[in-house]
Amino acid sequence: MSRIQDKFKELYSKNEKALIGYLMTGYPNEKDTVSAIRGLIQGGADIIELGFPFSDPLADGPVIQNASTISLNKGTKLEKFFKILKQIRRETKIPLVLMTYTNILYSYGYDKFLSKVKRLGLDGIILPDMSIEESSEYLKAARKNHIDTIFLVSPNTNKDRIKRITKATTGFLYLVSMYGTTGMQGKIQKYTINAVKNTKKIVNGKIPVGVGFGVSSASDVKRFVSLGADAVIVGSAFLRLIENTPSNKIESRLASFTRQLKQATKS
Amino acid sequence: MKNMLPKNGRFGEFGGKYVPETLVPAIEELAENYLKFKNDKGFKKELDYYLKSYAGRPTPLYFAKNLTKKVGGAKIYLKREDLLHGGAHKINNTLGQALLAKKMKKKRVIAETGAGQHGVATAMACSCLGIKSEVYMGYKDTIRQKLNVFRMNLLGSKVHPVKSGSQTLKDAINEAIRDWITNVETTYYLLGSAVGPHPYPMMVRDFQAVIGEEIKKQMKEITKKMPDAVIACVGGGSNAIGTFYPMLDDDVEMIGVEAAGHGLRTDYHSATLNAGSRGVLHGMMTYLLQDKEGQIKETHSISAGLDYPGVGPEHAYLKDTKRVRYSSATDDEAIDAFLLLTRSEGIIPALESAHAVAEAIKIAKTRSKSESLVVTLSGRGDKDVEVVEEYLKKNVKNSR
Repeated sequence: MSRIQDKFKELYSKNEKALIGYLMTGYPNEKDTVSAIRGLIQGGADIIELGFPFSDPLADGPVIQNASTISLNKGTKLEKFFKILKQIRRETKIPLVLMTYTNILYSYGYDKFLSKVKRLGLDGIILPDMSIEESSEYLKAARKNHIDTIFLVSPNTNKDRIKRITKATTGFLYLVSMYGTTGMQGKIQKYTINAVKNTKKIVNGKIPVGVGFGVSSASDVKRFVSLGADAVIVGSAFLRLIENTPSNKIESRLASFTRQLKQATKS
Repeated sequence: MKNMLPKNGRFGEFGGKYVPETLVPAIEELAENYLKFKNDKGFKKELDYYLKSYAGRPTPLYFAKNLTKKVGGAKIYLKREDLLHGGAHKINNTLGQALLAKKMKKKRVIAETGAGQHGVATAMACSCLGIKSEVYMGYKDTIRQKLNVFRMNLLGSKVHPVKSGSQTLKDAINEAIRDWITNVETTYYLLGSAVGPHPYPMMVRDFQAVIGEEIKKQMKEITKKMPDAVIACVGGGSNAIGTFYPMLDDDVEMIGVEAAGHGLRTDYHSATLNAGSRGVLHGMMTYLLQDKEGQIKETHSISAGLDYPGVGPEHAYLKDTKRVRYSSATDDEAIDAFLLLTRSEGIIPALESAHAVAEAIKIAKTRSKSESLVVTLSGRGDKDVEVVEEYLKKNVKNSR
């Protein structure tokens, strides 16, 4: 069993849902990324999703785009991501997931990359531009190295395709809550509510379903949990908070925001 | 090789569909509709009508006798796509796709543009067919090509300046894709080159193949045989694939010309096939200009239309199978060719097309007078005269 599976099992027994917090490697800088991760852990996040910046993040909205650009302009390289990963893994057993774009892994070599991050303690990977049709080489390398492959489904994904994607997915299935890029805000739409219910029904307990994109407050978290989500993913809201927080306060402020969000996952 | 339907959306190992899941239903719907309408008699007839009476097809194949004489060697023919409505080959594709969008009952069309030629051609086709259009354009390009922004506005299209990333064509594509993800249910994405996820590279190629088909027919009429070589410039590669595709099975030499900018040894070029490596960008696997960790590099060319860090996946395939040779021309060589063609024939080529002319000049010298070369003149150069003027001021080449 992977750390991610163990975590969901543990939460299930406590009747809690998972809070997944997203941060960007090297944003606003290396030191503060580590403080932010520590803040999330202190506040009770269940899984940490760490983004690695790509020059052309076409699934991301303005907040994560901006964080990617700042990180890359500060010279973020994979070496920095590896270093942070190693350091956090030394401090904690929390499941760690990487979110980046296909070209970063392809360019390094799927197998070479996955065996490297496995050694450093990574548990899963999310690639928003990797479709199941193109995934055979990636899947092979991930299975070999025991890294969970977290695929995404969308409100317009049909039943048959959700089933096929679920088969390729390990860890949890990532449901994109809305038509749009990361970090969009607004009222939860009817189609989103239907998508959560529908996906849960089709997946039928085979794997946990995490809901992300546009989840930014404790009330959002509460709503998705009540609809049946097994996990909620919050990203841009953390980055927005970091943007307005001085370096020495990042850890404590993120911890307190995380605590609010985590509280909302307990029904 | 004819009528090649890419298997699983791939040309050899290139192409595919690396897209966010939200777009999968959209590109599947598009592929399905395209394959349906492509062979539909009514659709073909309607498209032919617009190509002929609106865009100005067929375009002439002109024997450039003065240029041929000046260069000395093989005969140089020019395929005059520059004479099309809007001044470039782009309208072949935008009419085809806008008509398809209409058949698919899409109310809104979005597009990206680099120099603005595709944006203008989209605005024209959509205005002609009565569809609302919006165009994403890198902020830097909106400054460099102010006139085209105004043209698009006049034509009723809304232009969105893109301020993210390098603020050029690749970022305009990213932003158009983000819009498409957000408005996927109502919007048609009219991609301008033979790039992106399947079915775009195949579909854009098919709409541009009219160029090569006409060249074949016209050469047979004029010279009673096929050309010995065809030459076209390659950015994303739509005019080149349109030129090559109908002749892939014939005994014709093919040369694609990339932008070598300040030179292939510098960081200032856009010669993806000459200097790039494999990777995944904008939904496709292809050659890319990227750093060691897979971050996409910023590119340079004096011609905005070639300024792109990727290339159509079918070109990547044709390079690896060695069916097409991909060479390059520097900014300086393109300017020289621009001036030589303008002065010898009274034809002002687009700077993109001037790269192809530069290659023709290079090789015509080495070939016998009995051979014939066809150069696709993908667009006219009116849009570039300011850039050329600036270049000449800096480089004092007026004396030539």
